[in-house]
Amino acid sequence: MTSTSGRSSTLRDGTVPAGTVPDGTVPREVAAARTIEAVYRAEWGRLLALLVARTRRLDLAEDGLGEAVARATERWPRDGVPANPVGWLYTTAHRQVVGRLRAEAIAGRKAPLLAVRPGWVRPAEPGEPGERLADERLHVILLCCHPALPRESRSALALRLVLGTPTEQIARLFLVSPATMAARLTRAKRKIVGAGIPLGHPAEDELRARLDEVCRTIYLAFTAGYTPGAGPDLLRVDLAGEAVRLAAALSDVAPDAGQVRALLALLVLQHARRDARQRDGCLVTLAEQDRSRWHHEEIEAGLALAAGLRPAEGYAEELRLQARIAAEHARAPTAAATGWTSIADRYAELESLTGSAIVRLNRAVAVSESGGPAAGLALLDGLDEVLADNHRVPAVRAELARRLGDTGLARASYRRAIDLCANDVERAHLRARLAEVESADGPASPPDP
Amino acid sequence: MLVSAAVADRDQRSLTVKYFVLLAGQGELPPWDQLTPEEQEAGMARHAAFDEACAARPGVEIVSAEALGDGTMATTLRTRGGEMTITDGPFAEAAEQIGGYYLLDAPDLDTVIELCRVLPAYDIDIRPVLDAP
Repeated sequence: MTSTSGRSSTLRDGTVPAGTVPDGTVPREVAAARTIEAVYRAEWGRLLALLVARTRRLDLAEDGLGEAVARATERWPRDGVPANPVGWLYTTAHRQVVGRLRAEAIAGRKAPLLAVRPGWVRPAEPGEPGERLADERLHVILLCCHPALPRESRSALALRLVLGTPTEQIARLFLVSPATMAARLTRAKRKIVGAGIPLGHPAEDELRARLDEVCRTIYLAFTAGYTPGAGPDLLRVDLAGEAVRLAAALSDVAPDAGQVRALLALLVLQHARRDARQRDGCLVTLAEQDRSRWHHEEIEAGLALAAGLRPAEGYAEELRLQARIAAEHARAPTAAATGWTSIADRYAELESLTGSAIVRLNRAVAVSESGGPAAGLALLDGLDEVLADNHRVPAVRAELARRLGDTGLARASYRRAIDLCANDVERAHLRARLAEVESADGPASPPDP
Repeated sequence: MLVSAAVADRDQRSLTVKYFVLLAGQGELPPWDQLTPEEQEAGMARHAAFDEACAARPGVEIVSAEALGDGTMATTLRTRGGEMTITDGPFAEAAEQIGGYYLLDAPDLDTVIELCRVLPAYDIDIRPVLDAP
């Protein structure tokens, strides 16, 4: 910490210089760093969206805001946090963009602007200090998740532009090198500008379809975080967390959209279980999770969201049913007290809505809990052909066969699941189950109590 | 203010983009020559409806549009090592089905996508035409 001797304790704009540590308060540097972090997390998306809407230059807006944050990091600890940190960031970033535009104009370079929908109105420049910035985030989210962009780019771009997640971190979350991710983001931004994907508000019908697409994109990123993939890391909880933040941002700007509320309810409820989902590098099944490690405040919030969902159609209804299933799990004080009948019913509705084989698989599990393993086993018929590469089909069959005392089927199914499973940790879990069955498999092995 | 004026000026210059709308394949539609005269007429009516929809939309104009001869009429030129070879086309299997194109002025991609819903249910490739440098 540098000495502050000889400096007045109060600067002319009322801020306190760095290094002044009044009794019982945090050092100025720490306070400044915290403010930057908080403003960055809370306001990046809104600031960037407004800059994009004002200037119609994605590249310059992103660079300009990055530069403004860098300057804040340098100056605020030294000079004190400005009275209106968000306004300071906006003004500084906007000045950057204007400088770059001027340089381009002088050099005679004509860079293409973002297309805008007919009738689009540019938001006003923020006025009074302290006035809340216009919220253009929905339009930026719709840009990022446009169906003309490659799926693999959409959520990555949304994390970058809407949440401000650094590119290196996005690369880590999506298991690619920073160079690959940077190239992917650049290509996506070029396509938006070059192909003329427009900024602006779609008509009601189109908006519903586009929001469905956004929800799918976010849900895919979330499930990727909780899907044990190939490689040593079991889960990517951070990726799931970013997806929840994205859903929350979307819900902020599209509060009336049923699919968005259902998505947020679903993700909040599922994510609240994060700390209980793995232990000592192993997956912990829902039944075996230590429920005291669930985030109960988040569950309360998720349950409140889920309770407000009304029956809908299409993807909104799919998400609503899934949210209700998640709510049923979340409100059960113990695994044994889970409302399996209700869950099985919701899965049956979901299956008739989607015809999805994965839903059938989950329904089989629910039915085995509410109606016994034999009923569950019957629902697995025909899934092997449709989900030929999915290790969960034989894994579930093995589990149900074990409960029925059919150790032959259990053994064969565990082996098949082990062959198909790509995740190291999950495979170890399956091997352990197989070993249990084999060691218990005497000439007259009794079924599980 | 100087910059705002510059931005406004740019807005004027970039109100529309040219889009090349390639009718790249028949999709689930049967080949044109297998359609009944009534079905062909219905197809033509959709093209006429597309013309009207474009004309009715501010900022949209059909710059040109043509139907193309099918893949059996294509000739492919390839130059390798400075040597041009001429072969029976098309250059790629996917190009066999190309039926024609529209060249449109339009404000943005979403407008083009929406208008294309009026056309027969072809497989369509939309490309922006690049500005001359």
